[in-house]
Amino acid sequence: MSTNKVIHALYNDDDILMDAVKKVKDEHHHIEEVFCPFPVHGLDKAMGLAPTRLAITAFFYGITGLSVAIWLTWYTMIADWPQDIGGKPSFSWLTNMPAFVPIMFELTVFFAAHLMVITFYMRSKIWPFKKAENPDPRTTDDHFLMEIPVHDNEEELKALLATTGAVEINIVDKH
Amino acid sequence: MYQFSGKLKMLAIILMALGLLGTAYSFFSAPKTKEEAKAILAANAGHHGTHGDKSHKVDHSAEKHEEKKKDVHSKETVVEHITHDLGAHADETVGEHTKHAKDSVSDSVGHEEEKVSEHVKHALGTHANETLGEHEKHNEAHSDEDTRLTDSLNGHVADKNMNVDKHVKNHHADAHDEDHHLEHALHQMKNRPWSAFYVSMLFFLGITLLVFAFYASQRVAQAGWSVAIFRVMEAITNNIHYVSVFMLVFLILTAMHINHMFPWMAEGTFDPTHENYDAVVDGKKWFLNTPGWLIRSIVYLLGWNIFRFIIRKKSIQQDNGDLKLHKNIYNITVGFVVFFMISESMMSWDWIMGIDPHWFSTLFGWYVLATFLVSALTVIAFVTIYLRSKGALPLVNDSHIHDLAKFMFGFSVFWTYLWFAQFMLIWYADIPEETTYFAQRFNEYKLPFLAMVVMNFVFPVLLLINSDFKSIPWFVVLGGIVILIGHYVDLFVMIMPGTVGAQWGFGIGELSGFLFFLGMFIYATFSAFAKANPVPKGSPFLHESETHHYYIIEHRGEDNNGHH
Repeated sequence: MSTNKVIHALYNDDDILMDAVKKVKDEHHHIEEVFCPFPVHGLDKAMGLAPTRLAITAFFYGITGLSVAIWLTWYTMIADWPQDIGGKPSFSWLTNMPAFVPIMFELTVFFAAHLMVITFYMRSKIWPFKKAENPDPRTTDDHFLMEIPVHDNEEELKALLATTGAVEINIVDKH
Repeated sequence: MYQFSGKLKMLAIILMALGLLGTAYSFFSAPKTKEEAKAILAANAGHHGTHGDKSHKVDHSAEKHEEKKKDVHSKETVVEHITHDLGAHADETVGEHTKHAKDSVSDSVGHEEEKVSEHVKHALGTHANETLGEHEKHNEAHSDEDTRLTDSLNGHVADKNMNVDKHVKNHHADAHDEDHHLEHALHQMKNRPWSAFYVSMLFFLGITLLVFAFYASQRVAQAGWSVAIFRVMEAITNNIHYVSVFMLVFLILTAMHINHMFPWMAEGTFDPTHENYDAVVDGKKWFLNTPGWLIRSIVYLLGWNIFRFIIRKKSIQQDNGDLKLHKNIYNITVGFVVFFMISESMMSWDWIMGIDPHWFSTLFGWYVLATFLVSALTVIAFVTIYLRSKGALPLVNDSHIHDLAKFMFGFSVFWTYLWFAQFMLIWYADIPEETTYFAQRFNEYKLPFLAMVVMNFVFPVLLLINSDFKSIPWFVVLGGIVILIGHYVDLFVMIMPGTVGAQWGFGIGELSGFLFFLGMFIYATFSAFAKANPVPKGSPFLHESETHHYYIIEHRGEDNNGHH
């Protein structure tokens, strides 16, 4: 028996998929992956995935952006080439701070958004020219695919999945 | 059906009675003569040291200095004038600033040496704790000028440009100045009980109105989630009828010159031969005139009341499930939203911005809208949480609370955006007639002005940014209390500087006004809620609201596997 064997169960409705995922989890089987044509709310929780830490990274990226903005405005407007800002040539960053708030805001958002997207790509292991990983092209159209690794329990799994409303059940050798 | 309990009714009546007593007391105890005003000023001077008579005298010497300077510069081009100011103020320390003030004052009004030194002392005092720094220093002169303008608008000053020469030559003016100042302070003190009542009245009227507007937006958007709290919002809007009565009485009394809260209503403001003549306000006469103001105000109130009455009536009828009626209410609500957008902006000009008639801001209507909207959502959340805890709202779950908290958070940020947009443009452009608004608030209302920004922005952001916290009732209440206090202070700082100026405070009058309208709010809201089915069972979106579940959060005390 090869340990690389997996079962692919295909569904054509996200509600049926959700119920299937819950049923499989209730029977204490590990779900390796679910491929969907669109995000299904609550699927990660049903699969037992750990909550995302992307929000935490976003916070730190935002702080980074804010710091860069403060440094940038200070260096360009105050230190390197002192500017008369709105007729108030005090040459102090703090007293001219209101003028820099839009820049601080924009760079905070810019850093948080871009770095968060890049982080997401890296964690999802996708980058330009990468070959698609989805096992069945129908998962980009109108089908949902649940992948469960097989450990000498092929028949048991097949029987279970058949009761969950799967439209197709395949055993595949994963390399 | 919900029962308006006797206990709650009693609380509402006690609050209103206390409020009325306190308000009556604050009117009764306001000074009636200059002697009484003088005694109060002297007592205050004892407390605050520099903030007594002295600083006021100083204001006037600064005024003269300012006027004289204007004359000197009148023939220069604007650019030269600005350059001069810039050059003089550049990079200076407080010491340098005072030196400069001294120099220029002695140049132009040499014989006022004594007063100048007082001015210098005054300048040192106010600048010592300054955090906004150079800019505010630069504006100091403008704020002085503003005091003069408000002063004259209140109807008891002769200081106008045409009188400048005479005035500057008048060195014995000390006694006159003091007398005149006293009269001014007296008027401000007389305004205080009115303003105290007015701030709370407007606060509750604005909140109620915006609850109605939010409710209308839900109807217009055909929103599903909020159907479970429709009756809560409808009940709150009942308060519109109640506050409108008081507002109407107030408007009529104001138009009859019983109080002097709106400087442009002073006698002679539009009469070129009168000593109170104000050319700037005269230019706005087509809008700022008492009959027009009163008629407009009554139109707003009437419109809101009629729309509220009709929509509420039809909404209760809709319990029979009539879909044609649903469409009919939709059409009426669209009409209300259009009427509201126009009347709300104009209301903010007429009832708030008119208190500082020289100053204007084109986004003021939005800014006032944001203040009331975030308060309105907080109040909806409060009433919903309370009624739910009493078991009166069977369909409301944690996701509804979560959504309300999201709105509270979002509109807090929206308020900050508008507040800062208004502030930054005025700060950046640095045009005297605009900066006076912030200069006065920053000088005389520093604590409430800065505290309110913290309460309305920093607190809500920190408390409500976490998704999990937004569905925990006590957390929402905690954040909401800070938001409500913050926006009360915001309205306070919008109104008080123009009506009572330096004579402000938070005492029995202010507290009583708030208690009175709070009691009325409780009475109006819960008596209306008891009169209709808490579930609007005729709404086609009822099921959507019942099964509303924001997938990220878990509903406490119920089965979470049912929906997704």
